[in-house]
Amino acid sequence: MKIPISYNFRNMKARRNTTLVTALGVSLVVFVFTSSLMLNYGLRKTLVDTGSSENAVAIRKSSQSELQSVVTRESAAILSSQPEVARDAAGQSVASAESVVLINLKKRGSDEPSNVTIRGVGPQSLVIRSQVKITEGRAWTPGSSEVIAGRRIAEGFQGCGLGETVRFGSRDWTIVGLFDADGSGFESEIWGDADQLMQAYGRPMYSSVIMRLAPPAEANLLALKDRAAADPRITADLFSERTYYENQTQTMSIFISVLGNVISALFSLGAIVGAMITMYATVSNRTTEIGTLRALGFRRRSILATFLVESVLLSLLGGLGGVALASLMQMVSVSTTNWDTFSEVAFTFALSPGIAVSGLVFAAVMGLVGGFLPAVRASRLGIVEALRTT
Amino acid sequence: MWVLRLILKNSGRHKLRSMLTVLGVALAIVAFGVVRTLILAWYTQAENSSPDRLVTRHAVSLTFDLPLAHRGKIEQVPGVKAVTYANWFGGVYKDKSNFFAQFACDFPTYLDMYPEFEIIEGSRDTLFAERNACMVGKKLAAKYGWKIGDIIPLIGTIYPGDYEFVVRAIYAGKEPNTDESTMLFHWSYLDLRVAEAFPGNEGRAGFYIIRLADPLSAARVSEAVDAKFLNSSAETLTETEEAFALGFVSMSSAIITGIRIVSILIIAIVLLVMANTMAMSARERMKEYSVLKTLGFRKGHLMGLLSGESLLLSGLGCLIGIGLLMPAVGGLSVALSDFFPIMFLGASTVGWAVLISFVVAMVAASYPVWRVLSATITEGLRQIG
Repeated sequence: MKIPISYNFRNMKARRNTTLVTALGVSLVVFVFTSSLMLNYGLRKTLVDTGSSENAVAIRKSSQSELQSVVTRESAAILSSQPEVARDAAGQSVASAESVVLINLKKRGSDEPSNVTIRGVGPQSLVIRSQVKITEGRAWTPGSSEVIAGRRIAEGFQGCGLGETVRFGSRDWTIVGLFDADGSGFESEIWGDADQLMQAYGRPMYSSVIMRLAPPAEANLLALKDRAAADPRITADLFSERTYYENQTQTMSIFISVLGNVISALFSLGAIVGAMITMYATVSNRTTEIGTLRALGFRRRSILATFLVESVLLSLLGGLGGVALASLMQMVSVSTTNWDTFSEVAFTFALSPGIAVSGLVFAAVMGLVGGFLPAVRASRLGIVEALRTT
Repeated sequence: MWVLRLILKNSGRHKLRSMLTVLGVALAIVAFGVVRTLILAWYTQAENSSPDRLVTRHAVSLTFDLPLAHRGKIEQVPGVKAVTYANWFGGVYKDKSNFFAQFACDFPTYLDMYPEFEIIEGSRDTLFAERNACMVGKKLAAKYGWKIGDIIPLIGTIYPGDYEFVVRAIYAGKEPNTDESTMLFHWSYLDLRVAEAFPGNEGRAGFYIIRLADPLSAARVSEAVDAKFLNSSAETLTETEEAFALGFVSMSSAIITGIRIVSILIIAIVLLVMANTMAMSARERMKEYSVLKTLGFRKGHLMGLLSGESLLLSGLGCLIGIGLLMPAVGGLSVALSDFFPIMFLGASTVGWAVLISFVVAMVAASYPVWRVLSATITEGLRQIG
């Protein structure tokens, strides 16, 4: 026969302080574990979702990012005119040759310098990146020293707010508009007219070509890759835009997950020890009670089960607290240099149902492991000795 | 003496609980040490910097290079003793995951600029004589099993093409925290390849390194250098080597802040474990303490008994934790060697660990001490388990 679960709840209530202290320990561990998963998820979500699988990116062979890549005007023109690239109503191919450079700007508040991406774009860029929407001000006038800044950059960097100016390439650039991009990585960039920007840096070359693929996108990407490989005039690697941005997160993502796992593992051992101490104390405090339960006819395995249940409940309580605390982290935004691109990217901690469940499962496992030995001890107590202890 | 014996006996009463508490503290000390070592690893490059060296780079950002003609102009600035230059190469060895730093440099002046690089195998002569010779750090050579005469193939990412370098020298650091995982090769070889593949783009240096005649003149010389190139097509930004290195650290400041918060949470967790144990013990022994009070023992005695026990458990845990830290940091430095070439357990980390275990013990004992002292004798004697 099973011991009712209300027995466990009452016990936990009776020893409120110990219960709280132990649960708090578990919740801190779960908080760290969940937060590291959320950080990684937030980073990947921001960067991977920057790319769309409808678009293809061409960068120079063996370069790993737009920053290292150089694409000549000639190959940009050849790539854009391939039949796999979608056309608009006017018969123009929907493609944009872009130039990407980094400039060192100072953060607001801290004065710390960081590298910000300046993307020189063409007239089709806003069509290809449908998530980019100008929320304040207006677009730049072609042929002028005007640029627009992503929301995150406008908030985080000196001189990047609406109407302010940034100086680079011996010119002052006025921010005439701010844009949103559905929380994607573009919000951490400054956009302007590709020709003007290339002139200012004295770089007559593009960095990449972005093309909207004609449907079906997947088949056309493969066809385009084959065509580019066969054409001696093109020395470019082609990626789905989504894959391209996914590759840009790897170093950081691996770092966060290695670090998160090592720290969580160490922390969880500490919490398990904490749970064990509490459960052993619970067992020894209730020796007489256990004897009584056994005398009433409850089996050893019921005793084992009830203490395991209590330990898991205790940890789950902590787990819930930890996940709740971690969910507050969704309000925290992180702005840091992405090591793959050497440029600033801002993102927020993001919680998914899967992560919340992992946090709770992690807590339950800690409770199960920590409660196992004490529960075994409880179940092994003999009736007579247990009743005799005072 | 009797107090010590009583403390020892008391901690032996619940052997299992005491052992678990010690284990908990030890684990927390390991976690703290690992996290702190990680934070310090970010700063090693900045600590290695020499006060008499400046770095000059393109004012817009590091991704822009500078004309080689800047070299002569920098040399003319009063207070500059020597100038060398290098380029970040960023090549891939077999697979993207095999990351290590590679610089194209002007060997004779570069090696004079960095006397901490000591050639332990091969020689300067063979290194200088061969066009595609390279020098690698001891740690890097050990990692990939490179010996003198081996060929290292690299695929250029910034400078496209396939490159092959011959190992002609292996260096070790004179200082314990010199980076031994970089690869250096001739700038002139890179320039040649650039001239072949992209005529018109040759003669560019990634950054210049300046040795000052007098370290105190750093600010004046930096300003003078930057003033020389103001309003040119390649404006410069000159800063001390330390500031340059800290610039890289600040790029990851958000991540570092996160790790710092984690290290505080560790202390909170160990405090909870310790406090729980001490509270339990004191509660169970309420009756005994009342008996001791009746016998005439003073508050100080009882305080000593409780905090002594707390200190004993925490101190033992701290010792074991420090013992476990060495292998733990070793393991971490292998796991993260691609991110941090230098990572070792610093004396300050050990010092902090000792301090934390002391403070945690005292704080954990404070609540039970207060409970025991504030309870009257009759209350204590009446208490049941």
